[in-house]
Amino acid sequence: MSMIEIKNLHKYFGDLEVLKGIDLTVNEKEVVCLIGASGSGKSTLLRCINSLEKKTDGDIWIDGELVEHEKESSINHIRQKVGMVFQRFNLFPHMTVVQNVMEGPLTVKKLPKEEAKKLAMELLVKVGIDEKADEYPAMLSGGQQQRVAIARSLAMEPKVILFDEPTSALDPELVGEVLKVMKDLAREGMTMIVVTHEMGFAKEVADRVIFIHEGLIAEEGTPDQIFNNPQHERLQNFLGQILE
Amino acid sequence: MEFATGFFNSTVNFFTTVIDFAPKFIPGVTATLQLAFLSILLGTAIGLVVAVLKLTRKKILIRIMNIYITVIRGTPLLLQLYFIFYGLPGMGIEIDRFPSAVIGLAFHNGAYISEIFRGAIESIDYGQREAARSLGMSRWQSTKRIILPQAFKRSIPALGNQFIIAVKDSSLASVITITEIMLLARQFVAATFNVFPIFFIAGVYYLVITMGLTKLLRMIELKLKVNER
Repeated sequence: MSMIEIKNLHKYFGDLEVLKGIDLTVNEKEVVCLIGASGSGKSTLLRCINSLEKKTDGDIWIDGELVEHEKESSINHIRQKVGMVFQRFNLFPHMTVVQNVMEGPLTVKKLPKEEAKKLAMELLVKVGIDEKADEYPAMLSGGQQQRVAIARSLAMEPKVILFDEPTSALDPELVGEVLKVMKDLAREGMTMIVVTHEMGFAKEVADRVIFIHEGLIAEEGTPDQIFNNPQHERLQNFLGQILE
Repeated sequence: MEFATGFFNSTVNFFTTVIDFAPKFIPGVTATLQLAFLSILLGTAIGLVVAVLKLTRKKILIRIMNIYITVIRGTPLLLQLYFIFYGLPGMGIEIDRFPSAVIGLAFHNGAYISEIFRGAIESIDYGQREAARSLGMSRWQSTKRIILPQAFKRSIPALGNQFIIAVKDSSLASVITITEIMLLARQFVAATFNVFPIFFIAGVYYLVITMGLTKLLRMIELKLKVNER
């Protein structure tokens, strides 16, 4: 069953056409990695899926539900099904770690405080950071912050999680701990779309890798096809630059 | 010798006047404190509402709020107080002197405070709102739960400044015959011609109030800073 279906998605920033007609289907439990040069539109595509950017044209269905970008209630409803993890973590600095994770269930789902806390603690154990539950984000390393951010998005029990370059802002030695959490999630069957420059992660975890070039899907396939037998000249150049 | 006795006499006179008149200022100090407290409280509430209304995308609301801020910032407080107390009755709106003063001062402070809040709100990283919205929070929920608490903390130094200005501005209420510190001082001076000691007392009272306020705000700021490195 398809979890996300995108048809003919166009996005303009002013006169600049960033997405030029994207068609994409992501199945349940599938892990899709989006790769491509910066400015290719991969982050914009991700942000259109949960309406952080308003699409200019085209249709997006999530879990069978058409996203109505103009309707606040539709957007809020969709976002509960779609988690998002940001490059810069974006934890709430005025809340402790556990409060960060509780915030969605408390405010959006109106869960009782006890239940929200129990859920949050379980998730913090899962991402291996429960001993920092009562610290503020500023006390944590980047890798720890990103793991909290993943727990925060899991707390809404989303059907799919979007990762927007989740390890790009991390020191190299902290990348591994975040990728490990993501691998665990993939193994558990979470549907994931990951914009990443971590080709190792894409090779190991992705069911499908999509190469985006100038606002279009230039090539897609299994990691083996994309990395070992790239067809598109741009993809060959891109991989050449990255894997050097 | 003559100079020395003159200096001695005026020093004695200074202290006797200060000791004599300091307690007589108490009703005025009370009035100043009441005016300052109410106009700061109401002004902060007004400032918050105006800043939040300006965050909405309703063009008419934003226009109205901008007119309010422009008018208040662009005209003297003295004129605003005259207008409310002496001008409005001509249009059939009569407000007692104390409420007049509170309303005038509160709306005056509100305009400045709203700009302080707006600046603080705009300084919060946009990623904060995106993170909140991506959890499914509504615009208002993310404003209330995520943006405002952070913005409020950031606005405290500038708010403190405005609060001190508010205390001092309350002295203008004397023009609509509120018996606060400055009006009492002028009355005592007119009655005794002891200009220096009496204005000195008035100054000390203002200093005590503003220094206390500064200390209070500093405590709040430190208390809210716990989560920052």
